[in-house]
Amino acid sequence: MAINLFEGTPEQMSQLLKCIERHRAEKGALMPVLHEAQDIYGYLPAEVQTVIAEQLNIPLAEVYGVATFYSQFSLNPKGKHKISICLGTACYVKGSDKILEEVEHELRISCGECTNDKKFSIDSCRCVGACGLAPVMIIDGEVYGRLKPSDVKGILDKYMQD
Amino acid sequence: MTVEQLKKIAADKSDLINVRKIVREQAEKLAKNTGYRKQVLVCGGTGCTSSHSLQVIEQLEKSFKELGIDDVLIVKTGCFGLCALGPIMIVYPEGAFYSQMTPEHAKTVAEKHLVKGGDIVKELLYADTVHKDGSVIPFAEIPFYKHQVRITLRNCGVIAAESIEEAIAAGDYAALAKVLFEMKPDEVIAELKAAGLRGRGGAGFPTGLKWQFTKEAKGEVKYVCCNADEGDPGAFMDRSVLEGDPHTVLEAMTIAGYTIGAQEGYIYVRAEYPIAVERLNIAIEQARKYGLLGKNILGSGFDFDIHVRLGAGAFVCGEETALIASVEGKRGEPCPKPPFPAQSGVFRKPTVINNVETWACVAPIIMNGAKWFSSIGTEKSKGTKVFALGGKIHNVGLVEVPMGTTLRTIVYDIGGGIPGGKEFKAAQTGGPSGGCIPAKYIDIGMDFDNLVAIGSMMGSGGLIVMDEDTCMVDIAKFYLEFTADESCGKCVPCRIGTKRLLETLNKICDGKGEPEDLENIKAVSEHMKSSSLCALGQSAPNPILSTMEHYMDEYKAHIYEKRCPAGVCKSLLNYYIEPDKCRGCTLCARNCPANAISGAVKSVHVIDPKKCIKCGQCIAHCKFNAIDKK
Repeated sequence: MAINLFEGTPEQMSQLLKCIERHRAEKGALMPVLHEAQDIYGYLPAEVQTVIAEQLNIPLAEVYGVATFYSQFSLNPKGKHKISICLGTACYVKGSDKILEEVEHELRISCGECTNDKKFSIDSCRCVGACGLAPVMIIDGEVYGRLKPSDVKGILDKYMQD
Repeated sequence: MTVEQLKKIAADKSDLINVRKIVREQAEKLAKNTGYRKQVLVCGGTGCTSSHSLQVIEQLEKSFKELGIDDVLIVKTGCFGLCALGPIMIVYPEGAFYSQMTPEHAKTVAEKHLVKGGDIVKELLYADTVHKDGSVIPFAEIPFYKHQVRITLRNCGVIAAESIEEAIAAGDYAALAKVLFEMKPDEVIAELKAAGLRGRGGAGFPTGLKWQFTKEAKGEVKYVCCNADEGDPGAFMDRSVLEGDPHTVLEAMTIAGYTIGAQEGYIYVRAEYPIAVERLNIAIEQARKYGLLGKNILGSGFDFDIHVRLGAGAFVCGEETALIASVEGKRGEPCPKPPFPAQSGVFRKPTVINNVETWACVAPIIMNGAKWFSSIGTEKSKGTKVFALGGKIHNVGLVEVPMGTTLRTIVYDIGGGIPGGKEFKAAQTGGPSGGCIPAKYIDIGMDFDNLVAIGSMMGSGGLIVMDEDTCMVDIAKFYLEFTADESCGKCVPCRIGTKRLLETLNKICDGKGEPEDLENIKAVSEHMKSSSLCALGQSAPNPILSTMEHYMDEYKAHIYEKRCPAGVCKSLLNYYIEPDKCRGCTLCARNCPANAISGAVKSVHVIDPKKCIKCGQCIAHCKFNAIDKK
């Protein structure tokens, strides 16, 4: 895997500081701040965690502890297109593991990784609640349901082109 | 806002709601009052929006403009329940139930049905609502709805999910007004206790008692908390309530605030539910604007406000002490109990925590009385339960039935049975903490105590149906993968125990199982049950123990015969081509990534088991069903 250098912009930093200002007075502000920070940067690099720790006056170890506890917070950048395959029970019973295998095979990366060109990253999730469409895959928020492994290539091709 | 104003909104808008509930003859009169000739309800729940119901609404709006239709109301509602057939669209007053809508279908319905003098487009209706003789059956009478009793979901799929006025017209906030002006806190608690309401999150603790403990706890500051961290995979009841009728949750939390003496509430909701989060935020804003949250609610002098907190993908946060830690902005690790949240909860203050479905039962109990509620259900489990039907079943979706309804009714009458004429093998309830109900118990009444007696549990309400193609050892492994992954790691029995159990199951599924593995599983499970810190670890062995109890023959087949009877566990399978079915088309050989298939054109092909990686590509490509696995 490539080493990720932090590439934050001044705009992002000012957004982050504004967000911290908004939540500062709240009790238990850390979770909402981490959520918004991840929206701003796409992930939670050490540099961002440090700023949050200093600004909220919370030890960096605690910020890191919370950021690594929850599976939705990521310390690594994600791809331009985020693929998420549901491995909830309803999808699993209908063969979503085969869908995941096919996506991994097509993109030649494993679940949790990002392609070298940073175009795609694959994650699994536990139930988005669209069980009526099982098995489902979500790419950038768009839900693809009732999938067969043979559908995967055609769907990925759409995203390859841009 | 005053009670008078509240009543005025209810009166002003109630016609709009009633028209959807009554029969055709009365519709004309009501149409005059509302100004709308017809109303089109389109599901805006997660299931239907995932299959593009929003595009259906866009198309309707476009068609209405083109056709000059201005007296048909479009309403974006919450879930109708029949998610498998989404997107769903219902036209009132006829009650015409259109399923699997596309924008093209919407255009057709607008042109042929919704225009003046139009008539129902029967070809696009849900097939079950068209009688053999061609007449249309009201959807409430089709098997899927006929057996249901909707209390929790009473307004889901009836009201516009983002309109507080429609919610008020459907009855929301009437219970709050009654409590604030006509009831004392102790009377509210007595009513809940008499109703026999038990927590719908899984454990089934009496709700009235929980409120009483929190009310009696010492402290100036108290909190009300809503557990909407619906983590069980395959369960989506809470989400549908939040998406379809968010105000009922806000109302019930405010009632609890008044009862126990709290001024603030938190709703902890999964971040994986973007639509539910959005609707909750809209609902809270509206309630504040209308004076139903905030200072001096309805002029009663009582103050209460609610904040939303997002989870971040940790299953353990559904456990109440872990949820509290997460609300406080910490790692979501559970704490030993006691002290219970009723004594020391959010920010160490007395806190009442209930699940979304429990909250949704509160207002109907206040309005209709404990006697009414306790007349539904069984002796110790009162009221109804919402189940999320999923897996190998026709009508995947949400159903609400009286407690004690048999599994057979749910699976066959409501669920429409199992696709492909396959045999019912088991139903899994309670998610990763629950167990499997085998076919021999299909006539058992589903309530809290019956399910525990047969080694499963009610859980939050996920009900996954499995057929003969499901390997029960593989399912146990699936759940252990889940709990091993989601164990927070704080206590040893859960952290190490889930790992060891998973390793053993992997070994069995890989064909390396040994007879003593079964004994080891039992020993580790007992330790975990007795010494884990929270319910996650205590109940993590349940999926294995219950499958071992009911499907020991499958475990033995894996261990002694190195065989997977259901044909699921890859390492134990061999792929082979049936000679009399193979036409020699070469498709399988060309698609085999391991070059394991050989044979000349138009002659029978053969798979080399030594090269075969059991990927299943050949089965997927064969057009003659000639390839099987054993």
